[in-house]
Amino acid sequence: MNRWIIIGMLVVAQHVTPQCGNGSSSSSGVPQNMVVINLNAGPTGDAFNVPFVSVTVCLPGQTSGCQTIDGVEVDTGSSGLRLLSSALTVALPRQTTSSGSAVVECFPFQDGYTWGPVATADIRVGSEQAGSVPIQIIGASGTPAAPDSCTSSGGAAENTLDTLGANGILGVGIFRQDCGPACGFVGSSNPGLYYACGSSGCQITTESLTQQLQNPVWMFPQDNNGVLIQLPNVTPPGQVQASGLLFFGIGTQSNNALGNANVFTLDNSGNMTTTFGSTRSPGFIDSGSNGYYFLDTANTQIPTCADIKDFYCPTGTLTLSAGNIGANGRSNTVSFSIANADNFLNLPDSLLPQIGGPFAGYFDWGLPFFYGRSVFTAIEGQSTSGGVGPYFAY
Amino acid sequence: MRVPRRIFGLTIVAACLAVSPDVQASLGGSPSSVQDDRVHMQGALRQVVRSGPFTLHELQSASGVVVREYVSDAGTVFAVTWQGATFPDMRQLLGPYFDRYHAEADRLARSRRGHGPLTVDLGDLVVQSAGHNRSFSGRAYLPGSMPQGVGIESIR
Repeated sequence: MNRWIIIGMLVVAQHVTPQCGNGSSSSSGVPQNMVVINLNAGPTGDAFNVPFVSVTVCLPGQTSGCQTIDGVEVDTGSSGLRLLSSALTVALPRQTTSSGSAVVECFPFQDGYTWGPVATADIRVGSEQAGSVPIQIIGASGTPAAPDSCTSSGGAAENTLDTLGANGILGVGIFRQDCGPACGFVGSSNPGLYYACGSSGCQITTESLTQQLQNPVWMFPQDNNGVLIQLPNVTPPGQVQASGLLFFGIGTQSNNALGNANVFTLDNSGNMTTTFGSTRSPGFIDSGSNGYYFLDTANTQIPTCADIKDFYCPTGTLTLSAGNIGANGRSNTVSFSIANADNFLNLPDSLLPQIGGPFAGYFDWGLPFFYGRSVFTAIEGQSTSGGVGPYFAY
Repeated sequence: MRVPRRIFGLTIVAACLAVSPDVQASLGGSPSSVQDDRVHMQGALRQVVRSGPFTLHELQSASGVVVREYVSDAGTVFAVTWQGATFPDMRQLLGPYFDRYHAEADRLARSRRGHGPLTVDLGDLVVQSAGHNRSFSGRAYLPGSMPQGVGIESIR
């Protein structure tokens, strides 16, 4: 079936089926393992290359007390659902330690951190549901200020709409939990993401795997081994807005088959190897990054913009190529284009396929990579038709 | 985490440093500040490597974050890099530069229109940060303190 007809049917289906089914397709025949991705300016009104979906949260175990929040960013670069307190009206129960202290998380992103308590919610995305999932409420009032050990950990605090740029982050990445076994370690080997906040302030605490924020996808009863993101092709210089699809599961339904996609397995940190010329970098595919970010001017000879050092500003349009190599040896060459960001940033477009910028440490295949592709993200330890995750495939 | 076992073209010349009571933080600090960072990180000094006009000190924190500090012959820590499942203590690592870095990161967070790697360029200070869940790396350097002939491609 034509993808855009499916989107139309799905939009209708979302309005007539507020409660979810538990099968793979509804009576209308619309697959229930998918949800529309909105590529638009988002809740701040100025976003570009950011994929948004709606997410519903309910009080655990109840069909009442639900709220649907739109403008939640889909992020294959992290795991776990995080919602801005300012967007949330449901009073979700908070997680506490055995001594009754509030459990609060300091979660690092590449450009900043979020600070807020862990709560428990039933989650619904499209028609897929997960029960009693730990999530983060970002910037909740009544929570102690982030301690020095959190504010020292990275960039800016991203606890408000203007700094987060979304009403929340839906982390559907390669990990089952956001931290993993390390947050269960006692002492200085604990990376320090979770805090117990009581009358004596906030101290780093141990957090077991089941208490940590969970990738909601692996908590679904079906279609739980990963996600497929399909976004339309975008003609340069850009497009004002568009829709795409987020499918749950890989090879679990007729609409999320791997087909002839290349599977790139990953190292323990979740990276492929990406080559550009003679330079090799750890590489990853991240729907939560809004451009191609790679290397630096010393490697690429591409100048950064005079005003915004985050972006490249070549004089013309450059057609480049880079190679991805999986831990399994699978390799593939990707052709992509970078043009002068200064020519785009004043456009009213929320889809900018030729935007890129520097970073010497990684090759970050951000959202422009997804345009015109089917991109799979498989979760660690989950079996799929392409093998056990984690992997990226396209 | 991807940590090379050895660094090609460089020579390991020493593997221990004297403990110093000096508590200056790293970037812009003296060589003794490297030891203060190690103590603060509750970490280990993995190696000290001589490379042309600078010396590279590689530390690893108790939680596994690898920090490299670049010390010029003039005795200044002119660059630091990090790589690990989370961030190092940036306040300790950037020392007197942390507040300006943090203020600029905050300004950029309010002006940027989506997420991506962070580049803070204040002329005399450059900080770059990138990565994803459980895999981060970055570098900070002082362009005015780089030894002659050392390009930023050496800082990785």
